[in-house]
Amino acid sequence: MSIVRLLIGGATPRALALLAALLAFLVAAPAFLGPYALSVAILILYFAFVGQAWNIMMGFAGQLSLGHALYAGLGGYIAAGLFFHYGIGPWVGAFVAVAVAVLAGCIVGYLGFRFSLAGVYFALLTIAFSEFTRIAFDHWTWAGGSGGLFLKVQGGVTDILNLRGGATLFYYAILILAVGAFVLCRLLLESRLGRYWLAIREDAEAAQAVGVPVFRCKMIAIAISAALTALAGVWNAFYYNNLFPETAFAMGRSIEITLAPIIGGLGTLFGPIVGAVVLTGMGELFTDLTEHLKISGLKQIFYGLALLVIVIWRPAGVWPWLAKRLGVEERGR
Amino acid sequence: MSGARLEIEALGKRFRGLRAVHDVSFAVPAGAIHALIGPNGAGKTTIFNMIAGVFPPDAGAVRLDGRPISGLRPDLVCAAGVGRTFQIVKPFKGLSVLENVTVGALHRHADLETARERAGAILDALELGDRRHQLAEALTLPDRKRLEVARALATEPTLLLLDEVMAGLRPTEVDRMVTFLRDLNARTGITVLLIEHVMRAVMALAAHVVVVSSGEKIAEGTPAEIARHQAVLDVYLGDAAGDAA
Amino acid sequence: MDFALAFAQAITKGLLTGMVYGLMALGLSVIFGVMRVVNFAHGEIMVVGMYLAWLGFELAGVSPLVSLPAIALLFFAAGYALQAGLITPFINRPEHQQFLLLLAIAILLVNVCLVLAGPDARGVQSEAMFDSYAIGPLVLDAVRVHAALAAIAIAGLLWAFFTRTRTGKSIRAAADNHMSALVVGLDVRRLYAFTFGVGSACVGAAGALMITIVPVNPFLAAEYTLLAFVIVIVGGLGSMTGALLGGLLIGVSEAVAGLLLQPSLKSMFSFGLLILVLLLRPQGLFGGKAGT
Repeated sequence: MSIVRLLIGGATPRALALLAALLAFLVAAPAFLGPYALSVAILILYFAFVGQAWNIMMGFAGQLSLGHALYAGLGGYIAAGLFFHYGIGPWVGAFVAVAVAVLAGCIVGYLGFRFSLAGVYFALLTIAFSEFTRIAFDHWTWAGGSGGLFLKVQGGVTDILNLRGGATLFYYAILILAVGAFVLCRLLLESRLGRYWLAIREDAEAAQAVGVPVFRCKMIAIAISAALTALAGVWNAFYYNNLFPETAFAMGRSIEITLAPIIGGLGTLFGPIVGAVVLTGMGELFTDLTEHLKISGLKQIFYGLALLVIVIWRPAGVWPWLAKRLGVEERGR
Repeated sequence: MSGARLEIEALGKRFRGLRAVHDVSFAVPAGAIHALIGPNGAGKTTIFNMIAGVFPPDAGAVRLDGRPISGLRPDLVCAAGVGRTFQIVKPFKGLSVLENVTVGALHRHADLETARERAGAILDALELGDRRHQLAEALTLPDRKRLEVARALATEPTLLLLDEVMAGLRPTEVDRMVTFLRDLNARTGITVLLIEHVMRAVMALAAHVVVVSSGEKIAEGTPAEIARHQAVLDVYLGDAAGDAA
Repeated sequence: MDFALAFAQAITKGLLTGMVYGLMALGLSVIFGVMRVVNFAHGEIMVVGMYLAWLGFELAGVSPLVSLPAIALLFFAAGYALQAGLITPFINRPEHQQFLLLLAIAILLVNVCLVLAGPDARGVQSEAMFDSYAIGPLVLDAVRVHAALAAIAIAGLLWAFFTRTRTGKSIRAAADNHMSALVVGLDVRRLYAFTFGVGSACVGAAGALMITIVPVNPFLAAEYTLLAFVIVIVGGLGSMTGALLGGLLIGVSEAVAGLLLQPSLKSMFSFGLLILVLLLRPQGLFGGKAGT
C-alpha cells in the first residue's frame, strides 16, 4: 500500500479539501498575520504538537502520563546547555536531547509497566519522576541551577543553523514539527502497532490474549512520545531563550501538555489541534477581557470555568462533535 | 507423543495457600472437541488461565503438540497457536466490531488491509457481519460472546479454548453456536476445549468430557459415561441441593 | 551533643507537623477509599481552609483553633454539595475526565483565593506564636503542639465516626464492596456525598491548623496536593491509619532532610520514597490490601 493511500485512505473529498485549505493557510500565514496574531499561531502549533506527542501515550496506548514536563524539560535543557556551554547547535543538540528523553521515558516506562502500575498509580509515578528531576536541576550548576539558564538573544540576526532568529523562523519550525507529528501519528495509527495500542487502551489482558506483546508496545509508545516531547522542549528553549527548573519541570507544565488533546478529543488525530485552538483562543480572549481590570487570577477563573463547561458538556472532546457538524468524522474505530 | 494437541500433566495451583487446582491431568487429541465441566469454583477457569499463560502453574506442565508452553506469556501462548475467550467477555469496547477482530487477525497478517479482510470473513461466518461498524460496547451479551469467539479465531489458533461461550444464550442461539463450532471443526480440524455449563451444548459437541470438582479431576469419559458416573452425580446433585438451600 | 539535640528537635518538630499532614492526607484517603476518585483539588481545598481561618483571625481576632469547628462544618456542607452536584455524574467516567473536572475545580478555587487575597503570604501573627514548651532540653513550639493535639483529636473523632455510627459503618461497607452495598440497599449516592463532605471537612480542619504553623499563599495549593498524594501512597491509598502514619513519616523525613541536607532538597527525598513505594509496595507501607 502506498504512503499516499495510507495517509488519505478513508478520508472524504470534503475532508481532504478542508485539510488542504488549512495547510495552505498555515504555510502562507506569516505573510499576512501581524506580530501578535503570529505569536498566537505559534502558541497554537506548539500545543498541537506537544499534545499530539502526549496523545500517543494516553489517547492511543491508554497510559496516563502527568509527568511529560520531564521530557520537554530534559530536551530543552540538554539542547540549550550544549549550545550555551559548547556552542553545539540545536540541530545536533536535538539528537542528544531526544536520546536522553527517550532513555528517561524508557526508565519510567520500564519501571511502571514491569511493576504493572496502571491508571492513577502510573500517573503518580510520572509526576514523581518529573518532580524529582525538577529538584535535581535546581541544584545542578551545569544547567544553571534554580537561577535558570539563558540563551543570548541576537536581535535581527537569522541563523537557521543555530535556530536563532525572529518569530517567522520559529513559526515554520513548529509548523514543520506539528505537521510531521500529525503525519507520523496517522501512519502509526494505520499500522499494526497503532491498532495494538488501541487494543491495549481498551483492555490490556484481552489484547495480550490475542497475541499483542503488551509491554513492548507500551515501551515503544512512551519512547516515541518522549522523543517528540523532547523536540518540543528544544524548540521551546530556543524560542523563549530561558529555562528554569521551576517552570520547565513543573506539574503545571505537564498538565498544560495534557489539556489540548483531552479537550479536543483523546485518541483522535485532530483532537490535539482543535484543543490547542480552543485553549489558546480562550486564554488570549480572557487575557484581553481581563487585561484592563488588572486583577491577577481573573483570567484563570474564566479558564477554569471554561474547562468545567467543556468537561461537563463535551466529555469526549470538542473535535468529535465538531467533526459531525463539518461532516468529516474520523472513521469509527 | 501420542498425537495429542494439548497435554495437561499433574497441573497444580495455589492462591494464598488455598488449593485452586491439584494434580489435574488430561489430554486433547488433535482435531477433537473436548469439554471441561464442573461446579462453580471447581478450578476450570484457573486451568484455562494456566494454559493461556495468564499465570504459571505451581506444579505440572502444559504441552502443545509436545512442546512445553507453561510459563510462557499470554501473547507467546497465542503465537504458539492457542486462542481463548474470556468467561466475563472482554471486548475492546471503544473499537468497532470489525476492528476488534482485526486486532486478532493482525497477529498473523501484519498488513492492516489483509487483516481487515480476514476479520470480515470471520464475522460473516459468525453472523456478525451486519454489525461490523457498530462499537463493541453497543452489542448485546449474546453478540459479545460471538465477538469473543470471532476475535480468538482471528488469531488462527490450532487449539481454541472457549470459556462458557453459551452462557446467557437462548436455546436457538446455543444450537447455532454448536452448529458453527461443529462445522468449523469439521472444515479446519481445529481442536477445541470448552468450559461449559450448558449440558445441551456439551452433549452435542464434545466427544470426551473431563469433570473437575474442588480443583481435582473426578472423572472423564464420553458424555454418556459421564452422565452415569456416580461421583459426578454426587457433585452435581450436591451442588443443586446447595443452590436450593 | 549539640547535633543530637538538634536532631531530636527536628524529629519532634517533624512529628508535630506530620500530624497535621496526616489529617490532610486522611481526607484524600477517605475520598479515594470510598469512591475511587482521586481528588486533584485536595491542596486547593486545604488552602481555602487556611485562608478562611486567616480571615476569621484578621477580621474578628478568632483563633484558628476556635474557628476550626465552624470551618470543618462549612467544608462538610460544601464538599457534600460539590459531590452531589458536580462529581457524582463523573464517578463511572474514565479517569482522565475525573482528572479534568477536579483540575477545573482546583483552578477555580486557587484563583478565587488569588483574586480575593492577592499573591502575598498571609499568616496568623499573635503572641502565642512565640510560646513554647520545654521537655528536658527539647523546646517545642506551642502552636505546633496545639495543632498536633487538635489533629489527633479530630482523627480520633473520625475513627469513632467510622466505627461507631451507622453512617460511618455504611461508608466503610461501600468502600469495601461497592456492589454489595448496592445490593443491601445503601443509598450510595448519599453516602458518596457524605464521604466527600467528611473528606473536605478533614482537609479544611487541617488547613485551619496549618495556618497556625505556616503562612498561606495561593501557590502552596499544588504543593499540598502533591504532598497529600505522596503521603497517601506511601501510607497506603484508602487506608486511614496509613494516611496518619504516612503523614508522620513525611513530616519527620522533611524535617530531618532539612537539617542534614539543604532545605530545598527535602521534597526530593519524599518523591524518591514515593517512587520506591509505588514500585515495590503499591499497597503502601502501612496498607494491608493490594492497591490496584
